[in-house]
Amino acid sequence: MDDLLREFLTESSEHLDTVDTELVRFEQDPNNETILRNIFRLVHTIKGTCGFLGLPRLEALAHAAETLMGRFRDGLPVSGASVSLILATLDRLKAILADLEVAGTEPAGSDADLIEALEQMAAGEAPAAAPAAPPPPPLPAIVERELKPGEVSLEDLEAAFLAAPGPDDEPAPAPLPVPVAVAAAAPVPAPVAPARPPAPVAQKAEAPAGQAAGPASESEGPAKVQTIRVNVDTLEHLMTMVSELVLTRNQLLEIARRHEDSSYKVPLQRLSHVTAELQEGVMKTRMQPIGNAWQKLPRVVRDLSAELGKQIELVMVGAETELDRQVLDVIKDPLTHMVRNSADHGLEATAVRVAAGKPARGTIRLSAYHEGGTITIEIADDGKGLDLAAIRRKAVERGLASQAEVEKMTDAQVAKFIFDAGFSTAAAITSVSGRGVGMDVVKTNIETIGGVIDINTQAGRGTTFTIKIPLTLAIVAALIVRAGESRFALPQVAVLELVRVDPSAAQKIERINGAPVLRLRERLLPIVTLTGLLGQDGGEAEIQSGFVVVAQVGRQRFGILVDEVFHTEEIVVKPMSTKLRHLSLFAGNTILGDGAVVLIIDPNGVARQVSQSAQAGQIPVEAEAEEAEIGEARTTLLVFKGGNGAFKAVPLSLVTRLEEIDASKVEWLGGRPLIQYRGRLMPLVVADEAIQIRNEGTQALVVFSDGDRAMGLVVDQIVDIVDERLDIEIAAERSDLIGSAVLRGRATDIINIAHFLPLAYDDWARGPRKAAAAKARTLLLVDDSAFFRDMLTPVLKAAGFSVVAASGAEQALAILSGETRIDVVVADLEMPGKGGFELVAEMRRAGGALAGLPVVALAGTVGPEMVERARRLAISDLVAKFDRSGLVAALAEIEAPGLAQAA
Amino acid sequence: MQHANSNGAAGAAKDGAKDTGAVQEFVTVFVGETMFGLAINRVHDVFIPTGITPVPLAPPEIVGLLNLRGRVVTAICLRRRLGMSAAAGAAGQATGQATGMAIGLEQGGETFGLVVDGVGEVLKLGAETHEAVPINLDARWRDLALGVHRLDGRLLVILDVDGLLAFGSDRPSTKAA
Repeated sequence: MDDLLREFLTESSEHLDTVDTELVRFEQDPNNETILRNIFRLVHTIKGTCGFLGLPRLEALAHAAETLMGRFRDGLPVSGASVSLILATLDRLKAILADLEVAGTEPAGSDADLIEALEQMAAGEAPAAAPAAPPPPPLPAIVERELKPGEVSLEDLEAAFLAAPGPDDEPAPAPLPVPVAVAAAAPVPAPVAPARPPAPVAQKAEAPAGQAAGPASESEGPAKVQTIRVNVDTLEHLMTMVSELVLTRNQLLEIARRHEDSSYKVPLQRLSHVTAELQEGVMKTRMQPIGNAWQKLPRVVRDLSAELGKQIELVMVGAETELDRQVLDVIKDPLTHMVRNSADHGLEATAVRVAAGKPARGTIRLSAYHEGGTITIEIADDGKGLDLAAIRRKAVERGLASQAEVEKMTDAQVAKFIFDAGFSTAAAITSVSGRGVGMDVVKTNIETIGGVIDINTQAGRGTTFTIKIPLTLAIVAALIVRAGESRFALPQVAVLELVRVDPSAAQKIERINGAPVLRLRERLLPIVTLTGLLGQDGGEAEIQSGFVVVAQVGRQRFGILVDEVFHTEEIVVKPMSTKLRHLSLFAGNTILGDGAVVLIIDPNGVARQVSQSAQAGQIPVEAEAEEAEIGEARTTLLVFKGGNGAFKAVPLSLVTRLEEIDASKVEWLGGRPLIQYRGRLMPLVVADEAIQIRNEGTQALVVFSDGDRAMGLVVDQIVDIVDERLDIEIAAERSDLIGSAVLRGRATDIINIAHFLPLAYDDWARGPRKAAAAKARTLLLVDDSAFFRDMLTPVLKAAGFSVVAASGAEQALAILSGETRIDVVVADLEMPGKGGFELVAEMRRAGGALAGLPVVALAGTVGPEMVERARRLAISDLVAKFDRSGLVAALAEIEAPGLAQAA
Repeated sequence: MQHANSNGAAGAAKDGAKDTGAVQEFVTVFVGETMFGLAINRVHDVFIPTGITPVPLAPPEIVGLLNLRGRVVTAICLRRRLGMSAAAGAAGQATGQATGMAIGLEQGGETFGLVVDGVGEVLKLGAETHEAVPINLDARWRDLALGVHRLDGRLLVILDVDGLLAFGSDRPSTKAA
């Protein structure tokens, strides 16, 4: 293939892409003469060159297309059908060009079908009557559906209405397809030059004459930037050489730093500057406007809009934003995919939009801009937003997260599930999307170039995807760290912060079942050691001190423990050898200033390892809560800070949820703080008088609920979850505390939730529940509410009992007749089914030991009638619910020699 | 290096050249006492490997990466590649500072360094000293050897450079995610 042909191929395919875009613009704005002229000129150029190079097939096609466009210039109305036809012709041209590129000659075949249709459309005033024949088999299928005979696209109608002079006397456009041939003439208002082949120069001269010529800003016309074509390989080579120069410069600087000889320094300084400038200059040659990646999108959206029967407007902002060629290549396909997704799933059907009071035409907005060292790309639609409820459901169904986890997650976190492979909530799979394939690929692609993707979605308002990617791949900022014997580079994009850890300092690594974790601002951070990941050390015990590099990849946050952190350095990323590319932990390698080769750690690879290994995140809450229910000996406690920095704890089994709320959400009603929580009002109670509910920032809450009631306990900070043997040492004098215990070597107050519940709801104590406890060593607690059982157990344990719990009278009787020796029973009087009185009555009837077993009854309200009934059943004491000290006192009395006695 | 060939090569080799006209040049390298030959047109460099950065989790043949005049070179240990016992020259390699020499090879645009114990002279050898690979050789060696040349007093095993570098792809990766 000769150079001329090669150049022609490159140029033509660029031209065709431009024509694609321009045509779509033109269709929407058929009066814009500048666009038309532009298209005409490009097609004409292609035609001319083909003739010159002896490519008859291409020439004939281009000629037919040009003729039709010439007719547009002469005033033929521009219809959707004719634009579709020209687009189909362009596709054919591209297919032929592709073959030409491979084979070096034009492929055999006939284009008579298209040419005929084009000519027919150009000649015949019979509008929209061009049944374009399907393309011959060797060509790639054309994406869009050809309009059927007599069918007119909605755009066509709309364009016709827009273009038609005078007021419309027709109703609003009907939904597609419209079985009416629209013949409305849309005269191009500008005087049109006679159909002589417009040489670029002639055009230029004409431009000022055209009355309707667009504003001068229509710069894509003949005003040319001076450019030359350079082979990409040449540029790549230049880039490599500059990278080497940068490295050499770094080495020189390193040497100069060690030598006192100052005669070096000035020229070296200069070399350094020149190198930096050269580097920047070469980087610039690799830069391309992002618009290049967007070029195909207007066409894609146009085709989709026809296919889906939706009206879609694509707005593109910041197309001139430049980024690295390589990066551009990688994001091109993801962007197209996401735009397709937005069109298909994001935007509602036209009828739905109208019903929702939105403009019938949906908008997809694509914007790009620079921000720091990264480029931000946003894809926003004004559609229905993601169905978060469906995603939550689906996530649980697919086992990606537990129900509890899903509920704790923020909407943003939930939305990110759509990036999981195979995840789709689309009710119907369309030909465009919904198969759950794609978003994971999008994310992977973006992550391979060190980018991040984020979602913001609002129900009914639309969804915005934000992609942040580095400007270039060739040079990245990296943190140089040491692990074991070797140094590694960690790309800085993934690094959130550095934490120094030391066994003797405030920040130290703790372990849960051997898995190292670090407390970091109220969160537990799973830790992996770099040496461990790399299989270098067996000495797990060594991980005590060093630095934790806090990294975030997608939803995952984790810490990487390294021995030492040196500095950050701009490194030139070199690809891994093919022999080592299977090591997912490394993204490449680089040569540092001192000449040493170091490996670049791939945070994505680390994240995958973290989630696979047992060191995975989210260890704390769920896993431990389960354990606590099984193992009696240990109790899992939630430790928080409340009031003057004191540590307090509450059994985790009582806790429904931990929340961080926006402090501004706290409302005050009648002097009591409340928040709207899951569609209801939830009262807030401070865990200690010293706690101030915050006015700004976030407020940590511990949510307790029983049935459908919930209260939020306001705490300063949630610290930790510990799983320890609960050994309550001192029964405190305060009603809000059960006592205190030593947890993790710290004196910690165990709070008495019973004290707080009535503060939230005066009547919490009433209602169907409560328990009885067996005492004198072993106590049987009977209550139908797990909540109260959990709440009272620590209280009773603190009073020196070993507690057996039963959830109802039947179970209690079974336990009483069983092996376990029960010394005292604490029973709730109000239980569904068999109540406390019935239970005691049966015990008394059963005779034997049970007849004389002391019983303390718990009641919501104590009336004379109840007291009488209790006396008859020889119930030792009748204690009001939540009267913790009363209960303990009553039990103490029974211990004393005194026998059963009515209260 | 090419000029070194005239002196050392065995007389037989020179004769062979006359006889057949098909003379091949080989760079000779040593691992322990064994002498190997590599086709000279594949050898780009001979250098002393220094500052090798080990690659954790890498296949055992790979010693690490090193910087050769600004290029990152993947260093491969010939001894381990051939499955020879590490006893003799292991001391240096264990620390990543291979004591021996390295042969710079290229394949698919990448540079590799074949770490050996020593580099000998370049030999011009004809077909008459060439023998097929003895069938009783270790299977690994059989796959990597192209033939054997009978020299005065010793044997030269000709290695297949592409074969030497082919281990990464045909062997299942150890820890691929």
